Amino acid sequence: MPDPLPVHPLDVLIVDDEAGMRAGAARSLEGFSVALPDFNETVTFAVRSASTGEEALAQLKAKSPDILLLDYKLPDMTGIDVLAAAPGAGDFLTIMITAFASLEVAVTATKRGAFDFLAKPFTPEELRATISKAARSIYLHRKARKLEEEKRQVRFEFISVLAHELKSPLAAVEGYMHLMKERMKGPELESYDSMIERSVTRIGGMRKLVMDLLDLTRLESGKKKRTLETVDLAKAAALAAEGVAAMAEAKKVAVELKVPAGLSMTADAGEVDMILSNLLTNAVKYNREGGRAALELERSGGAIALRCSDTGIGMTEEELGRLFGEFVRMKNEHTRNIDGSGLGLSILKKVVKLYGGDVKVRSRYGEGTVFELTLKDAPVPAAVEPVH
Amino acid sequence: MTDKNKLKILVVEDDPDMMEQMKIYLESEDYEVVAASTQKEAEPLIKPGAFNAAVLDLMMENPDSGFVLSHKIKKMDQGLPVIIVTSVTKETGFYFDKARDPKAWIKADAIIHKELRFEQLKAELKRLLGAGERHA
Repeated sequence: MPDPLPVHPLDVLIVDDEAGMRAGAARSLEGFSVALPDFNETVTFAVRSASTGEEALAQLKAKSPDILLLDYKLPDMTGIDVLAAAPGAGDFLTIMITAFASLEVAVTATKRGAFDFLAKPFTPEELRATISKAARSIYLHRKARKLEEEKRQVRFEFISVLAHELKSPLAAVEGYMHLMKERMKGPELESYDSMIERSVTRIGGMRKLVMDLLDLTRLESGKKKRTLETVDLAKAAALAAEGVAAMAEAKKVAVELKVPAGLSMTADAGEVDMILSNLLTNAVKYNREGGRAALELERSGGAIALRCSDTGIGMTEEELGRLFGEFVRMKNEHTRNIDGSGLGLSILKKVVKLYGGDVKVRSRYGEGTVFELTLKDAPVPAAVEPVH
Repeated sequence: MTDKNKLKILVVEDDPDMMEQMKIYLESEDYEVVAASTQKEAEPLIKPGAFNAAVLDLMMENPDSGFVLSHKIKKMDQGLPVIIVTSVTKETGFYFDKARDPKAWIKADAIIHKELRFEQLKAELKRLLGAGERHA
């Protein structure tokens, strides 16, 4: 036997001028419960009642119920009037009770936010069925709202970190400007060369961050324009290697490409370059002087298997766990002078997902890192058959 | 080479440019700067009487590296003035005002914002070091 689900009572307010109706509804719901295993809860119903529109409004004002069972025809006003005057409309779910099924009432009530209808007279089973439906809807709404709230929170954190990442280079450049303005290093222009060089580097880093951010936004919004074609992977790899050549030379890192001639896949050439360049750049950037970076591609089954390995500084288990977070940059004595936006791997992961793949990483601290991923050919939109 | 007449300041900052600038300014004010770029690097440097003051970045390898360092410094050398430099806004809820609660675990003598004009840092150092002349 599975554990019983935790019980949560929903507050039901029944508004009807007939005492028999109020008592009957309360009796029907007494001891009635709805299991909602999807939400890991069982709901029961606590019923309170009102006999007039005024009384109903007073009760709604005192405490907003979860569900409002509302008779259309009340002695002092209609159910629609109650809904119009009710405080916090939308906080509760309304079920209209009506003696005569009138389309007009139905339309107006729905406009006012009524969720469902019960035609008088109804059986206890009908009431319970309607109430069950309402309870499920309440839980769905709550879950949706919670997800929305979490999304907002993630967004907020992203923006806070982004602001911090943009402020750091600004502060650095601004600081150098002040030093230069105050001629802190004397009258010789050459004394300021390193400050100018560092300022240019930091501004370059900022530009890269903004560009990466735009890439990421386009990928996330799905608004990135894609041109799918047959991409020659040997050529693409050579192009990516060319992009890191200057950095590799400066660090004396040997870059090796192992791509069978003629290997190709259906993809967007820009996206393939993003993947290959990203991997190779990291393999060179986080390498040791005199190290090696290797990029291997081959067809394996229906997909392209890609492997990028380096003999670099590697990562600890703890660092590996944080690797794919946005703006995560490993800070240690080896990475102190390495620049980066902290968005590269977030972008990589999103692009690889477009090709039905996943990114796997293995790393040993002080020995090197291996990225492995598979890329499936992008589905080409089927040519439209001419109609005869 | 250590100049015995200069006041010695430990500066811990992970941004190499901020460090460079801090050094230029503080050296122009005739302080001797001992630089460390991480909490880990700074910890073994902290010894009683080693410095006259410490200037710490708040966020380094950990978001609270500066506070942790400050705490450790104060445990070893209670009278050493500590200035924490941060770009974190006050809304974070960190309790910054020592005077209001002397038992607050965050022990720093001054908190300055990172967009600081160096005059502010200079002024804080003068204030803290002027209060009780200490020499390493």
